[in-house]
Amino acid sequence: MNAPTDPSAIERAEKLEGMGCKRKRVEDVRFTQGRGNYVDDIKLPDMLHGDFHRSSRAHARIKSIDTSKAKAVPGVVAVLTAEELKGVNLAWMPTLAGDVQMVLADGKVLFQNQEIAFVVAVDRYIAADAADLVEVEYEELPVVIDPFKAMDADAPVLREDIKDKKDGAHGPRNHPNHIFNWQVGDKDLTAAAFAKAEVATKDLLSYQRVHPCPLETCQCLVSFDKIKGEITIYGTFQAPHVIRTVVALIAGLPEHKIHVISPDIGGGFGNKVGAYPGYICSAVASIVTGLPVKWVEDRIENLSTTSFARDYHMTTEIAATKDGRVTGLRVHILADHGAFDACADPSKWPAGFSNIVTGSYDFPVAHLSVDGVYTNKAPGGVAYRCSFRVTEVAYAIERAMDIMAQKLGMDPVDFRVKNFIKREQFPYQSALGWEYDSGDYHTAMQKAVETTGYRNLREEQKTKQEAFKRGETRQLMGVGVAFFTEIVGAGPSKNCDILGIAMFDSAEIRVHPTGRVLGRMGSKSQGQGHETTWAQIIATEIGIPAGDIAIEEGNTDTAPYGLGTYGSRSTPVTGAAIAMAARKIKAKAQMIAAFMLEVHEGDLEWDVDRFRVKGNPEQFKTMSQLAWAAYNKVPPGMEPGLEAVSYYDPPNMTYPFGAYICVMDIDVDTGVHTVRRFYALDDCGVRINPMIIEGQVHGGLTEGYAIAMGQEIVYDAMGNVSGVSLMDYFLPTAVETPKWETDYTVTPSPHHPIGAKGVGESPNVGSVPCFANAVNDAFKFLGSTHIPMPHDNYRVWLAAEKLGLHA
Amino acid sequence: MAKINVSMELNGKTVSAEVEPRTLLIHYLRENLNVTGPHIGCDTSHCGACTVDVDGKSVKSCTIFAVQAAGAEVLTIEGMAGADGKLHVLQEAFREMHGLQCGFCTPGMIVRAHRLLKENPNPTEEEIRMGISGNLCRCTGYQNVVKAIQYAAAKINGVEYKEAAE
Repeated sequence: MNAPTDPSAIERAEKLEGMGCKRKRVEDVRFTQGRGNYVDDIKLPDMLHGDFHRSSRAHARIKSIDTSKAKAVPGVVAVLTAEELKGVNLAWMPTLAGDVQMVLADGKVLFQNQEIAFVVAVDRYIAADAADLVEVEYEELPVVIDPFKAMDADAPVLREDIKDKKDGAHGPRNHPNHIFNWQVGDKDLTAAAFAKAEVATKDLLSYQRVHPCPLETCQCLVSFDKIKGEITIYGTFQAPHVIRTVVALIAGLPEHKIHVISPDIGGGFGNKVGAYPGYICSAVASIVTGLPVKWVEDRIENLSTTSFARDYHMTTEIAATKDGRVTGLRVHILADHGAFDACADPSKWPAGFSNIVTGSYDFPVAHLSVDGVYTNKAPGGVAYRCSFRVTEVAYAIERAMDIMAQKLGMDPVDFRVKNFIKREQFPYQSALGWEYDSGDYHTAMQKAVETTGYRNLREEQKTKQEAFKRGETRQLMGVGVAFFTEIVGAGPSKNCDILGIAMFDSAEIRVHPTGRVLGRMGSKSQGQGHETTWAQIIATEIGIPAGDIAIEEGNTDTAPYGLGTYGSRSTPVTGAAIAMAARKIKAKAQMIAAFMLEVHEGDLEWDVDRFRVKGNPEQFKTMSQLAWAAYNKVPPGMEPGLEAVSYYDPPNMTYPFGAYICVMDIDVDTGVHTVRRFYALDDCGVRINPMIIEGQVHGGLTEGYAIAMGQEIVYDAMGNVSGVSLMDYFLPTAVETPKWETDYTVTPSPHHPIGAKGVGESPNVGSVPCFANAVNDAFKFLGSTHIPMPHDNYRVWLAAEKLGLHA
Repeated sequence: MAKINVSMELNGKTVSAEVEPRTLLIHYLRENLNVTGPHIGCDTSHCGACTVDVDGKSVKSCTIFAVQAAGAEVLTIEGMAGADGKLHVLQEAFREMHGLQCGFCTPGMIVRAHRLLKENPNPTEEEIRMGISGNLCRCTGYQNVVKAIQYAAAKINGVEYKEAAE
């Protein structure tokens, strides 16, 4: 898009508040006044409240469930167990990963806090009281907690429902607790590269089980209208249309009788992609009672049951030459999926896009093999602020590159730069099958190195290390480097679908006669600011001020079908659909303008907010004039009106990237760290709203900090889950959170209509290995090669202890 | 459980409702009075999304019973704007400085920031960070929340806001 040059055009362009401007957010007007409308704010007449009785055991047969005491509590309307759900064939539900999952425990429980009974009462206090009174008799069974023991010959069989099934949704299973094996790349060529490698590393790099923990938990409100046979579901859904399809397939209802509405959502981060037992139970309860039923999980339920993220154990091997050129990558991942495979990935990708593990480097050969296993833990496997399983492998490759650099005696920056995919290699075919759309890694890394004074930091570190060895300080200094490449914008119909539906997205734009606009999209904001940014794209495309453009999302009755917002897919996919729909409007407006100005279309040129006659700029029609004309003065044969719909099937993914550098000081006697500096350079292609991008980066870095430095969902040997309230689960406050420095380069995506790539998740993907590398970097001069995450104070202290630093 | 009448001054108006003695203040506000600005994020007094002002002190309204606030003056986000509808400077500041994203923590954060600036009209950045450490945000990383509070403090004090160097 050419920037306007004459003063009038610049002024007109500024008035549009289009792409590239730091437009203040539309949403904030209601949010700052307490007028957001979240699920739990919605009340319907005679609404009931549901609450779960949950399993105290991790693995046990259920001998009996006694609901009589619960039912006797005044105000209790119904109690559902698996027996009741079987009557409507809903004791089990399909998962997004091709498995099935118990809605309520059917014969046995497979993880602690699993849903056993759903109590429905006139208020939430009574429902909670009565849920406690459900009595369950258990027969204990041995548990499987360590994923490395899940496929032992004598391991207890967890999923008796499929114990004889030799083939799962993703091919052969070779143990009753095995879910799938998935392989990509050339195994033999990779083995050959390792056989002749001059230098090789092999490390088990584990990424602990964590949870996205949005501030608002998962919740829904379901109302079944018996007379019309229609169901209305308000819920915290990142993908409302997918939820409607799930309901249509499970319940056999036609879509027009299912109204799914995602109102304002208090953060998602992947937690709100899946379908959970609470939704099904609320729907059944509403059908049974004929009244609206609300379910709001509490924080412990949220952290311990509705999905988890990561739990990937990645044995990562790099082969290289002595002078530091990588020659091969081999990765085996053991993926702990918990009791049911409810991983939220596109259908054909049981391990997500983990084959982006080659990262930013030009590996000639690579091989990846992933085994998924069942354990007695909560099901899930969502992308916690990342594209599918991208954060896990970004951690693996970025740690492994540091470990190899250490072995080679090379600086981590120099080693990376030596192996970067070069600018002229794009579009780049990776050894594991992706086509990277665009990149300029050298420029980004150079900018990061120069801005942070990286070389000076290394000098300072050296001085400090010598002082430490002389006993003059107890502080260690770590400099973390990470250079990530993401893969987002799922995705092309050729390889991406959910439940058989291609992962396109959509936009519908209506230009009203007075030049005001309504845009409706298949995406769903959870804080990303779509109402603000989508209007900016339309404003630039069709020359109507963003302030005159209203954006609606989240209502399946009115929004066009879309696959929702997660995996940084909204800008790459929905954003493209918006631009394409706007261009259809612009094309029609051009025909109307030509008719009104009595010239050929080809004689017109676009000028910010109008079509003008080439060589005669005084002759023009503004978009606002054309909008009016569309309703009363269209050319003969043209339909009146000015609206367009676009369903966008992306030709490729987008590949945002970034260079992150962290400077950390660590006290070896307490394990306490201080993040002195964190610099994040992100290249997300063309930038729509720099203010919102910066905000997204701040938030993602803070989440990455939390993960790297403390978050963990912990199970003990009995399968008891701990660390699942905010007492224990690390959410940084304003005091712990470091200050962030943001920066950018712009490498447009060549296949995206506006060149944008998506940014929301990059900072989580890039910062986790950067923090981990900083901690490891602090200790490596003392002979340490890998300290596992999370790096809380105790574990950092422990690392120092193991190195004998407290003697 | 027998219900009792609880009344208080909420955002300048007398309100009352019949509730069980065990009813938490947050549920009294949200369920009985339909004041849904304050939110519930954790149930364990950690997140601060339910923060309101009770008799001039910041209180996590999931931490006390409604009866404990009987007769008190309570301020929620709904009472921050002027009677004429003019937004409070903190409300304007949060939008101006991009101090919010999903908006779920915002009502508690703004009400807390209001009390913080009453207690300390000219806080340092460190004092602001400590002062809002009872309010968790998952979206913003706090950097712009801090800026918003600095911006509001400057406006209240009638001085020019200078954005702190990054």
